[in-house]
Amino acid sequence: MIRVTRKVEFSAAHYYHNPALSAEENRRIFGKCNNPHGHGHNYVLEVTVAGEPDPATGMVLDLKELKDILQREVVDRMDHRHLNYEVPELAGKIPTCENVAAAIWHLLVHKITKGKLDRVRLYESPDLFADCTSDHNGDGATPEAGARG
Amino acid sequence: MSDSLKLSLTRRYRFSASHRLHSPHFSEEENHRLYGKCNSPYGHGHNYVVEVTITGPVDVATGMIANLADLDPFVELEVVEAFDCKYLNEELPEFRETVPTTENVVREIYRRLKKFPTARLERVRVEETTKNSFEISTES
Repeated sequence: MIRVTRKVEFSAAHYYHNPALSAEENRRIFGKCNNPHGHGHNYVLEVTVAGEPDPATGMVLDLKELKDILQREVVDRMDHRHLNYEVPELAGKIPTCENVAAAIWHLLVHKITKGKLDRVRLYESPDLFADCTSDHNGDGATPEAGARG
Repeated sequence: MSDSLKLSLTRRYRFSASHRLHSPHFSEEENHRLYGKCNSPYGHGHNYVVEVTITGPVDVATGMIANLADLDPFVELEVVEAFDCKYLNEELPEFRETVPTTENVVREIYRRLKKFPTARLERVRVEETTKNSFEISTES
Protein backbone atom coordinates (compact mmCIF):
# COMPACT_ATOMS: atom_id res chain seq x y z
CA MET A 1 0.00 0.00 0.00
CA ILE A 2 1.17 3.49 -0.83
CA ARG A 3 0.24 6.66 1.04
CA VAL A 4 -0.06 9.88 -0.95
CA THR A 5 -0.18 13.22 0.87
CA ARG A 6 -1.29 16.58 -0.45
CA LYS A 7 -0.93 19.83 1.44
CA VAL A 8 -3.09 22.96 1.24
CA GLU A 9 -3.29 26.10 3.33
CA PHE A 10 -6.14 28.30 4.39
CA SER A 11 -6.52 31.22 6.76
CA ALA A 12 -9.50 31.58 9.04
CA ALA A 13 -10.74 33.20 12.21
CA HIS A 14 -12.28 31.57 15.26
CA TYR A 15 -12.81 31.86 18.99
CA TYR A 16 -13.72 29.41 21.70
CA HIS A 17 -16.93 29.88 23.59
CA ASN A 18 -19.46 27.46 25.03
CA PRO A 19 -22.83 29.19 25.57
CA ALA A 20 -23.78 26.55 28.12
CA LEU A 21 -21.06 27.84 30.44
CA SER A 22 -20.84 31.13 32.31
CA ALA A 23 -18.67 33.97 31.01
CA GLU A 24 -16.27 33.31 33.84
CA GLU A 25 -16.02 29.58 33.10
CA ASN A 26 -15.45 30.33 29.43
CA ARG A 27 -12.58 32.65 30.31
CA ARG A 28 -11.09 30.13 32.72
CA ILE A 29 -11.22 27.19 30.29
CA PHE A 30 -10.44 28.92 27.03
CA GLY A 31 -8.20 31.79 28.18
CA LYS A 32 -7.10 34.12 25.39
CA CYS A 33 -8.96 31.98 22.84
CA ASN A 34 -12.23 33.17 24.41
CA ASN A 35 -11.73 36.74 23.15
CA PRO A 36 -15.13 37.41 21.50
CA HIS A 37 -13.55 39.43 18.71
CA GLY A 38 -11.86 36.25 17.52
CA HIS A 39 -8.36 35.64 16.24
CA GLY A 40 -6.96 33.75 13.30
CA HIS A 41 -4.49 31.19 12.06
CA ASN A 42 -2.79 30.12 8.88
CA TYR A 43 -3.95 26.53 8.88
CA VAL A 44 -1.94 23.92 7.01
CA LEU A 45 -3.86 20.82 6.02
CA GLU A 46 -2.18 17.56 5.04
CA VAL A 47 -4.50 14.96 3.56
CA THR A 48 -3.23 11.42 3.12
CA VAL A 49 -4.86 8.89 0.81
CA ALA A 50 -3.82 5.22 0.90
CA GLY A 51 -4.13 2.63 -1.81
CA GLU A 52 -2.45 0.57 -4.49
CA PRO A 53 -1.24 2.38 -7.60
CA ASP A 54 -3.36 1.70 -10.69
CA PRO A 55 -1.11 -0.38 -13.00
CA ALA A 56 -2.21 1.64 -16.03
CA THR A 57 -1.53 5.11 -14.58
CA GLY A 58 0.98 4.33 -11.84
CA MET A 59 -1.11 6.48 -9.50
CA VAL A 60 -3.10 5.80 -6.34
CA LEU A 61 -5.24 8.72 -7.42
CA ASP A 62 -4.79 11.71 -9.67
CA LEU A 63 -3.32 14.45 -7.46
CA LYS A 64 -4.97 17.06 -9.64
CA GLU A 65 -8.32 15.51 -8.68
CA LEU A 66 -7.36 15.53 -4.98
CA LYS A 67 -6.26 19.14 -5.30
CA ASP A 68 -9.65 20.05 -6.77
CA ILE A 69 -11.51 18.17 -4.01
CA LEU A 70 -9.50 19.95 -1.30
CA GLN A 71 -10.12 23.30 -2.94
CA ARG A 72 -13.87 22.71 -3.29
CA GLU A 73 -14.59 20.96 0.00
CA VAL A 74 -12.18 22.72 2.35
CA VAL A 75 -10.55 25.87 1.00
CA ASP A 76 -13.67 27.32 -0.62
CA ARG A 77 -15.60 26.63 2.60
CA MET A 78 -13.07 27.78 5.18
CA ASP A 79 -10.51 30.15 3.65
CA HIS A 80 -10.93 33.72 4.88
CA ARG A 81 -14.00 32.73 6.86
CA HIS A 82 -14.95 32.90 10.51
CA LEU A 83 -15.23 29.25 11.56
CA ASN A 84 -17.78 29.99 14.30
CA TYR A 85 -20.25 31.74 12.01
CA GLU A 86 -19.63 30.86 8.38
CA VAL A 87 -19.00 27.12 8.23
CA PRO A 88 -22.22 25.10 8.70
CA GLU A 89 -20.27 21.87 9.31
CA LEU A 90 -18.94 23.41 12.53
CA ALA A 91 -22.27 24.81 13.71
CA GLY A 92 -22.81 24.10 17.40
CA LYS A 93 -19.21 22.94 17.85
CA ILE A 94 -16.24 24.73 19.30
CA PRO A 95 -13.82 25.14 16.38
CA THR A 96 -10.80 23.62 18.07
CA CYS A 97 -8.09 22.00 15.99
CA GLU A 98 -9.58 18.60 16.93
CA ASN A 99 -13.11 19.52 15.81
CA VAL A 100 -12.00 21.25 12.59
CA ALA A 101 -9.87 18.21 11.66
CA ALA A 102 -12.86 15.89 12.29
CA ALA A 103 -15.17 18.14 10.22
CA ILE A 104 -12.66 18.07 7.35
CA TRP A 105 -12.50 14.26 7.58
CA HIS A 106 -16.29 14.07 7.20
CA LEU A 107 -16.23 16.50 4.26
CA LEU A 108 -13.62 14.42 2.44
CA VAL A 109 -14.25 10.80 3.32
CA HIS A 110 -16.96 10.11 0.73
CA LYS A 111 -15.52 12.43 -1.90
CA ILE A 112 -12.34 10.41 -2.30
CA THR A 113 -13.30 7.52 -4.53
CA LYS A 114 -9.86 6.28 -5.59
CA GLY A 115 -7.85 5.02 -2.66
CA LYS A 116 -9.04 5.51 0.89
CA LEU A 117 -8.79 8.54 3.12
CA ASP A 118 -6.06 7.56 5.57
CA ARG A 119 -5.31 10.65 7.65
CA VAL A 120 -6.26 14.29 8.01
CA ARG A 121 -3.56 16.31 9.73
CA LEU A 122 -4.43 19.92 10.51
CA TYR A 123 -1.76 22.33 11.71
CA GLU A 124 -3.16 25.31 13.57
CA SER A 125 0.41 26.57 13.95
CA PRO A 126 3.79 24.94 13.26
CA ASP A 127 3.80 23.72 16.89
CA LEU A 128 0.26 22.37 17.14
CA PHE A 129 -1.60 19.89 15.01
CA ALA A 130 -4.47 17.41 15.23
CA ASP A 131 -4.55 14.05 13.44
CA CYS A 132 -7.79 12.40 12.44
CA THR A 133 -7.70 8.75 11.36
CA SER A 134 -10.03 5.76 11.22
CA ASP A 135 -10.25 4.08 14.59
CA HIS A 136 -9.22 0.52 13.65
CA ASN A 137 -8.98 -0.94 17.13
CA GLY A 138 -11.78 0.99 18.78
CA ASP A 139 -9.76 2.07 21.80
CA GLY A 140 -12.31 4.54 23.01
CA ALA A 141 -10.71 7.58 21.45
CA THR A 142 -13.70 8.27 19.24
CA PRO A 143 -14.55 11.96 19.16
CA GLU A 144 -17.93 13.13 20.27
CA ALA A 145 -19.97 13.73 17.17
CA GLY A 146 -23.14 15.35 18.47
CA ALA A 147 -23.81 19.06 18.58
CA ARG A 148 -23.73 20.50 22.05
CA GLY A 149 -26.49 22.58 23.52
CA MET B 1 -21.63 10.70 11.47
CA SER B 2 -21.29 6.94 11.47
CA ASP B 3 -17.53 6.75 10.97
CA SER B 4 -15.56 5.82 14.01
CA LEU B 5 -12.70 8.28 14.14
CA LYS B 6 -9.62 8.56 16.22
CA LEU B 7 -8.25 12.00 17.05
CA SER B 8 -4.92 12.94 18.47
CA LEU B 9 -3.31 16.25 19.26
CA THR B 10 0.39 16.97 18.89
CA ARG B 11 2.27 19.84 20.43
CA ARG B 12 5.93 20.77 19.88
CA TYR B 13 8.24 22.04 22.62
CA ARG B 14 11.91 22.98 22.62
CA PHE B 15 14.88 22.83 24.91
CA SER B 16 18.63 23.15 24.48
CA ALA B 17 21.02 20.95 26.38
CA SER B 18 24.49 19.48 26.26
CA HIS B 19 25.59 15.88 26.60
CA ARG B 20 28.47 13.53 26.08
CA LEU B 21 28.14 9.98 24.85
CA HIS B 22 30.45 7.87 26.95
CA SER B 23 29.77 4.42 28.37
CA PRO B 24 31.53 3.03 31.41
CA HIS B 25 31.15 -0.41 29.84
CA PHE B 26 33.88 0.38 27.31
CA SER B 27 37.48 1.51 27.33
CA GLU B 28 38.44 5.08 26.35
CA GLU B 29 39.49 3.79 22.98
CA GLU B 30 36.30 1.80 22.42
CA ASN B 31 34.19 4.81 23.47
CA HIS B 32 36.03 6.97 21.00
CA ARG B 33 35.57 4.43 18.24
CA LEU B 34 31.87 3.88 19.04
CA TYR B 35 30.68 7.43 19.63
CA GLY B 36 33.19 9.40 17.53
CA LYS B 37 32.78 13.18 17.90
CA CYS B 38 29.96 12.65 20.41
CA ASN B 39 32.56 11.26 22.83
CA SER B 40 34.43 14.60 22.99
CA PRO B 41 35.25 14.97 26.73
CA TYR B 42 33.75 18.41 27.35
CA GLY B 43 30.39 17.58 25.80
CA HIS B 44 28.44 19.32 23.06
CA GLY B 45 24.84 20.51 22.71
CA HIS B 46 21.69 20.42 20.62
CA ASN B 47 18.48 22.33 20.16
CA TYR B 48 16.08 19.52 20.93
CA VAL B 49 12.46 19.53 19.76
CA VAL B 50 9.97 17.39 21.67
CA GLU B 51 6.75 16.39 19.92
CA VAL B 52 4.11 15.21 22.37
CA THR B 53 1.02 13.39 21.05
CA ILE B 54 -2.01 12.80 23.22
CA THR B 55 -5.23 11.02 22.39
CA GLY B 56 -8.63 10.39 23.92
CA PRO B 57 -12.24 11.42 23.51
CA VAL B 58 -12.99 15.01 22.58
CA ASP B 59 -14.85 16.71 25.43
CA VAL B 60 -18.12 18.02 23.94
CA ALA B 61 -18.13 21.04 26.25
CA THR B 62 -14.65 22.21 25.27
CA GLY B 63 -14.06 20.61 21.87
CA MET B 64 -10.69 19.43 23.19
CA ILE B 65 -8.85 16.18 23.91
CA ALA B 66 -7.00 18.08 26.62
CA ASN B 67 -6.72 21.74 27.40
CA LEU B 68 -3.38 23.19 26.33
CA ALA B 69 -3.62 25.31 29.46
CA ASP B 70 -3.04 22.01 31.31
CA LEU B 71 -0.68 20.27 28.88
CA ASP B 72 1.71 23.19 28.36
CA PRO B 73 2.59 23.83 32.01
CA PHE B 74 2.84 20.07 32.62
CA VAL B 75 5.39 19.62 29.82
CA GLU B 76 7.16 22.85 30.76
CA LEU B 77 7.62 21.62 34.31
CA GLU B 78 8.41 17.96 33.61
CA VAL B 79 10.59 18.42 30.55
CA VAL B 80 11.52 21.95 29.53
CA GLU B 81 12.48 23.25 32.97
CA ALA B 82 14.18 19.98 33.84
CA PHE B 83 16.21 19.67 30.62
CA ASP B 84 16.70 23.20 29.26
CA CYS B 85 20.24 24.60 29.47
CA LYS B 86 21.45 21.58 31.41
CA TYR B 87 24.38 19.21 30.99
CA LEU B 88 22.35 16.02 30.83
CA ASN B 89 25.14 13.72 32.03
CA GLU B 90 25.74 15.62 35.26
CA GLU B 91 22.55 17.48 36.05
CA LEU B 92 19.87 14.85 35.54
CA PRO B 93 20.17 11.93 37.95
CA GLU B 94 18.62 9.62 35.33
CA PHE B 95 21.73 10.02 33.15
CA ARG B 96 24.35 9.45 35.81
CA GLU B 97 24.42 5.76 34.94
CA THR B 98 22.67 5.84 31.58
CA VAL B 99 24.25 7.22 28.40
CA PRO B 100 22.16 10.26 27.30
CA THR B 101 21.67 9.12 23.75
CA THR B 102 18.45 10.52 22.34
CA GLU B 103 16.99 7.00 22.54
CA ASN B 104 17.43 7.22 26.31
CA VAL B 105 16.34 10.87 26.41
CA VAL B 106 13.07 10.11 24.59
CA ARG B 107 12.46 7.17 26.93
CA GLU B 108 12.98 9.38 30.01
CA ILE B 109 10.71 12.12 28.62
CA TYR B 110 8.03 9.52 27.85
CA ARG B 111 8.30 8.20 31.43
CA ARG B 112 7.78 11.70 32.82
CA LEU B 113 4.89 12.60 30.50
CA LYS B 114 3.07 9.30 30.96
CA LYS B 115 1.72 10.77 34.22
CA PHE B 116 -0.27 13.46 32.36
CA PRO B 117 -3.65 13.09 34.03
CA THR B 118 -6.29 14.28 31.54
CA ALA B 119 -5.48 12.44 28.27
CA ARG B 120 -3.61 9.35 27.10
CA LEU B 121 0.00 9.85 26.02
CA GLU B 122 0.26 8.24 22.61
CA ARG B 123 3.72 9.14 21.38
CA VAL B 124 6.79 11.19 22.13
CA ARG B 125 9.17 12.11 19.35
CA VAL B 126 12.42 13.94 19.97
CA GLU B 127 14.38 15.67 17.23
CA GLU B 128 18.01 15.86 18.27
CA THR B 129 18.84 17.79 15.11
CA THR B 130 16.76 18.52 12.05
CA LYS B 131 18.14 15.28 10.61
CA ASN B 132 17.78 12.84 13.52
CA SER B 133 14.61 12.01 15.40
CA PHE B 134 13.65 9.28 17.85
CA GLU B 135 10.19 8.25 18.91
CA ILE B 136 8.42 6.02 21.36
CA SER B 137 4.75 5.05 21.20
CA THR B 138 2.29 3.59 23.64
CA GLU B 139 1.47 0.03 22.61
CA SER B 140 -2.23 -0.12 21.87
